[in-house]
Amino acid sequence: MDFALTDDQTMIRDAAESFLGDVSDSAAVRRAMDSENGFDREVWQRIGSELGWCGVAIAEAHGGLGLGPVELALIQEQAGRRLLCSPFFATVCAAATVIAEIGSEPACAQWLPRIAAGEIAMGMPLYGDVGDWATHAQAIQARADGDRWRLDGVAAQVADGATADVLLVFAETDSGLGLFAVERAATGVELNPLPTWDRTRRFAAVRFAAAGAQRLDSAARIDDGLSRAASLLRLYLAAEQLGCAQQCLDLTVDYTATRKQFGRVVGGFQAVKHRCAQMMVKIEALRSAVHGAAACAAGRVETRQLAMECIMARLLAVDAAFYCAQEAIQLHGGVGFTWEYDPQLYFKRAQAAANWFGNAERLRAELADALLDDAA
Amino acid sequence: MNLEPTAADEAFRVEVAQWMREHLSGDFAALKFRGGPGDEEHEPALRKRWERELASGGWTCVGWPREHGGRGLSIEQQVIFHEEYARAGGPGRMGHIGEGLIGPALIQFGTPAQQQRFLPEIVAGREYWAQGYSEPGAGSDLANVQTRCWQEADGSWRVQGQKIWTSLAHESDWIFVIARCEPGSKGNKGLAFLLMPLDQPGIEIRPIRQISGGAEFNEVYFDGAVAQADHLVGQPGEGWKVAMGLLEVERGVSTLGQQMHFAHELELIIKAAKRNGRANDAAIRARIAQAWCGLRVMRYNALRMLSGGQIGLRREALIYKYYWSNWHRDLGELAMDVLGAEGSVMSDDPDVRPLQQMFFFSRADTIYAGTNEIQLNLIAERGLGMPREPRPAG
Repeated sequence: MDFALTDDQTMIRDAAESFLGDVSDSAAVRRAMDSENGFDREVWQRIGSELGWCGVAIAEAHGGLGLGPVELALIQEQAGRRLLCSPFFATVCAAATVIAEIGSEPACAQWLPRIAAGEIAMGMPLYGDVGDWATHAQAIQARADGDRWRLDGVAAQVADGATADVLLVFAETDSGLGLFAVERAATGVELNPLPTWDRTRRFAAVRFAAAGAQRLDSAARIDDGLSRAASLLRLYLAAEQLGCAQQCLDLTVDYTATRKQFGRVVGGFQAVKHRCAQMMVKIEALRSAVHGAAACAAGRVETRQLAMECIMARLLAVDAAFYCAQEAIQLHGGVGFTWEYDPQLYFKRAQAAANWFGNAERLRAELADALLDDAA
Repeated sequence: MNLEPTAADEAFRVEVAQWMREHLSGDFAALKFRGGPGDEEHEPALRKRWERELASGGWTCVGWPREHGGRGLSIEQQVIFHEEYARAGGPGRMGHIGEGLIGPALIQFGTPAQQQRFLPEIVAGREYWAQGYSEPGAGSDLANVQTRCWQEADGSWRVQGQKIWTSLAHESDWIFVIARCEPGSKGNKGLAFLLMPLDQPGIEIRPIRQISGGAEFNEVYFDGAVAQADHLVGQPGEGWKVAMGLLEVERGVSTLGQQMHFAHELELIIKAAKRNGRANDAAIRARIAQAWCGLRVMRYNALRMLSGGQIGLRREALIYKYYWSNWHRDLGELAMDVLGAEGSVMSDDPDVRPLQQMFFFSRADTIYAGTNEIQLNLIAERGLGMPREPRPAG
């Protein structure tokens, strides 16, 4: 029973902290927000080729480093702290995880090495809980066309939908849910970039009209795999939100240490100190939750238990990220309400992220089902 | 990061569980899940016998070094012991102040003679201890001790003053006291740390009746009460150092055992909700889910605290008291909301009584051992480096 990070894990975290501190400071984030694509291509290439982060959690057999959820969660925490604008989240955390958990062996062998090498970016809807994936899938119909498939329908919000090379969606087939890859540039794919409030992560509405697609899932893996994939996605998002919350606290402590009123720094007032302390309580609780859930994901934990652990981490993350962003605005006073200061960026991210991979009410209900309905 | 137990740890877990099953039986079966916070008055005589039963199996002072009579368990095995003890329904420990507080303090700061005199009695479950820190004017401001002490010509010490919130003083044999030995000194300077027998003419113990009706705390009055010359721990004037070293110990490995107790309380709530139909209420279900999340957080937080085997002032350790005490207070409210009107009637039902007790006693959780307000000051000042509260020069 050892909860400490290994030397390698510490190294990965420190490297992420230092790299992202350089390339994703506030000015860089704002440049990306104002750019057409929403991210800096050079940074994305360095992440893939120089740092090797794209393959951190991908198996060595598929061209990855064969590390796991603990390492990817550590990177995600730093990405959240710096609001990294990048295809990294949709491609590496979301798409690669879904393919690895439910893809057929040929599909894994085809796509995972390309993701690991940083060669392609993938876009994907950030679905709700597992039930919702099926519901979302009903909006897209898939029919076989020789050894290929054709998709018709809409995906309302696809992360990186306008810029990714390949789009990954669930669609309904005659025999249930299927996972499909579609080239963004393919005939029959109509993209409509959405003007979202949070400009640090882009979404597009996608309409498919007889768009050619490749089916990736393996029927035998889909039940267990969907649950495991959902758990990992929640974990990676929770880790990201941990970083967001931490940065809100750091910004606030720094600001209140310099802002003076009544002849003293406002950080010396107990009303301010106590609110910062409460942010730290939520953040450290979330940090414990994320590390615990990541350790479970890296170990031999059965699917159902893993689902509970990751829902737990995600529930704390929704709360901590929004609370800390809200407190950062309040404790910055007037400037907290301006475009110029950063709390607004984290506030918008926190609100948007509250809806990804299941909202808090749905997740609590799912957890309650697991706790209350089995041994009745 | 590795959460998988070793084979040796698993075998040890089985050993503890089996011992508890075999020994927490017969007369002792009546003690299961009893005697915890809020229930400390339950069957004190039988619980002292239970302490001696534990001692006979070598299950007292399991974390102490062997040369002081302990079992010398590793951190992992101490955690396992506390978990299995709590899982089996092991009663609240009458000896916990001796084992958890004064014993470790004597091991660190005591003379060999003090260690030989006191430690074996604690290990054997023959002598019980009370803590004499708080005073009417020294609560959150613990260093504002007014109780005085002075040395007589024969070297013995005399103590004059009043202590308060002394748990189980009426069931204890000894008390450790911090008192001002340098007249005119202020704050944490000029204090002495003394060991005193409670059964003497200069000491009077008066119970304090608490919110739940019971009286496990006391006021203790000292009127020229005597401590032997060789029962001073550390040097005169160094009492604060000894007292604080001992508060550090308080945040040790027993937290995971405490969490087993919390898990048991949540199970009772779930049982009650299923029995009376509140388990079908969406709002109650959401609160139960939220409570479970808190349990997991506390477990992982404790594992963080223990990783590396040191308990310093790291961030997860700083938030722990605030986190668990507020979580537990919320759990009390959840329990009563689940019980509904049934909760308003005093109950002897073993599925209901502990929840009612918990509801009332958990109001103290956010007050003792550092109030919420003091905890938030500590977190802001030590964890975030924010400006310190103004303190009078001491």
